[in-house]
Amino acid sequence: MNSALTPSTVGSALVKRGLADMLRGGVIMDVVNPEQARIAEDAGAVAVMALERVPSDIRRDGGVARMSDPQMIQEIQAAVTIPVMAKARIGHFAEAQILQALDVDYIDESEVLTPADEENHIDKWDFTVPFVCGATNLGEALRRIAEGACLIRSKGEAGTGNVVEAVRHLRTINAQMRRLASADASELFALAKDLQAPIALVQEVAATGKLPVPLFCAGGLSTPADASLVLQLGAEAVFVGSGIFKSDDPVSMAKAIVEATTHFEDATMVAKVSTGLGAAMRGSETASLEVRLAERGW
Amino acid sequence: MRRVGVLSLQGDVREHVATLENLGATPRRVRRVADLDGLDGLIIPGGESTAIGHLLTTSGLRDPLQSMIDDGMPVFGTCAGLILLATRILDGRDDQWSFAALDVAVRRNGYGRQIASFEVPIDIGDRGTVPGVFIRAPRIEQCGPDVTVWASHDHGDGEHPVLVRQGALWGCSFHPELTSDVLVHGLFLDALQEALR
Repeated sequence: MNSALTPSTVGSALVKRGLADMLRGGVIMDVVNPEQARIAEDAGAVAVMALERVPSDIRRDGGVARMSDPQMIQEIQAAVTIPVMAKARIGHFAEAQILQALDVDYIDESEVLTPADEENHIDKWDFTVPFVCGATNLGEALRRIAEGACLIRSKGEAGTGNVVEAVRHLRTINAQMRRLASADASELFALAKDLQAPIALVQEVAATGKLPVPLFCAGGLSTPADASLVLQLGAEAVFVGSGIFKSDDPVSMAKAIVEATTHFEDATMVAKVSTGLGAAMRGSETASLEVRLAERGW
Repeated sequence: MRRVGVLSLQGDVREHVATLENLGATPRRVRRVADLDGLDGLIIPGGESTAIGHLLTTSGLRDPLQSMIDDGMPVFGTCAGLILLATRILDGRDDQWSFAALDVAVRRNGYGRQIASFEVPIDIGDRGTVPGVFIRAPRIEQCGPDVTVWASHDHGDGEHPVLVRQGALWGCSFHPELTSDVLVHGLFLDALQEALR
């Protein structure tokens, strides 16, 4: 056998999107310390999002929300065997560089943190580590993909325990994709202009009827029924933030949401896992919010 | 046509289903115990091995599947699926279980975290070359005497097997399902036909 090594490629689109594919049908849980990370892994989470404060606490505390302390991220990496994600501020490529240097498995360029650039998102093609970004509609999703995002999640309205915005975003993205799929080829140029999205990506969605990267759901999910709802609406996996560790019984809630995500089409099963969970997080009406996180990013 | 299942608890199920369909098979998604009826073979997909292991237990699939595997049902595991078939797991959770059927020792994330995930062509002898997509991949570090190595890769620290067979069981540390190449799935289906003849 030839002793020369066959050259391998890191950071390719296939490798970056591939990890998102491996997370499909799973639950990614926000955790703020190694103990919570272990609870998440025990419950069957496919990944954890390491952050200093869950979104509901960021809302309550106010102030500027930034990337988490590297030490905290490293402690969580040491505590679990599943992928560890972390958040960088929108446009803050230096925070993203730090997260890549820490070997995090996915970077969330997130509206939950205070944006660092009000015009530009991070050029995600520059990175070997893949990025997930939030979107409220198809144009926003395609702009993020054009910048190199390998996974799109609905923004929802993080930290509210209210699923209404996540549902709005998923339904909007799906309706806009159906519109493209039914359009004549000559209509796609004007539709791309309306969506403010690159024509090549618009044509790709029109041809395939789906995003070129996986579509997950985030923002306001707090019960097993919420998970079942958004999966039935076409999300391929769910992020749950405050919904687990702000509930009465995080261990049971985490397990139940994992079960409901796998068996989302089986209402008997979702009913069974929803039984006796205690109170979900309290939640808030979108209309009463002082800060709407989903409006961050463009 | 034989009835091949794809374990559909979590992971890249859709790609395995599509690859099997491209080969003319009619795969069945396996989520509940009732889905095991009359099954001739099973693919355990990529995903997170701890999450799939947890869901195997809670869904009640673990015990009946263990019996079917022990009774010789052909199974093909990719990445997380390989870990779930392996007799030994290194760097796993302390309480991580497996079907312990394929006599290999695998190291979880043995090629590193996501930043080290890679693509490389994999040579499968006279069968040809397939694209190998390794994502936080497990590394096969030891093989028992009944295991045949079908392909290996040297990632700078010596040759490690990446595609192995033991009777009707196949394990693969990369993801043939993520590409349009059907060669590896074809090997499994051929072996399945042979085993059931």
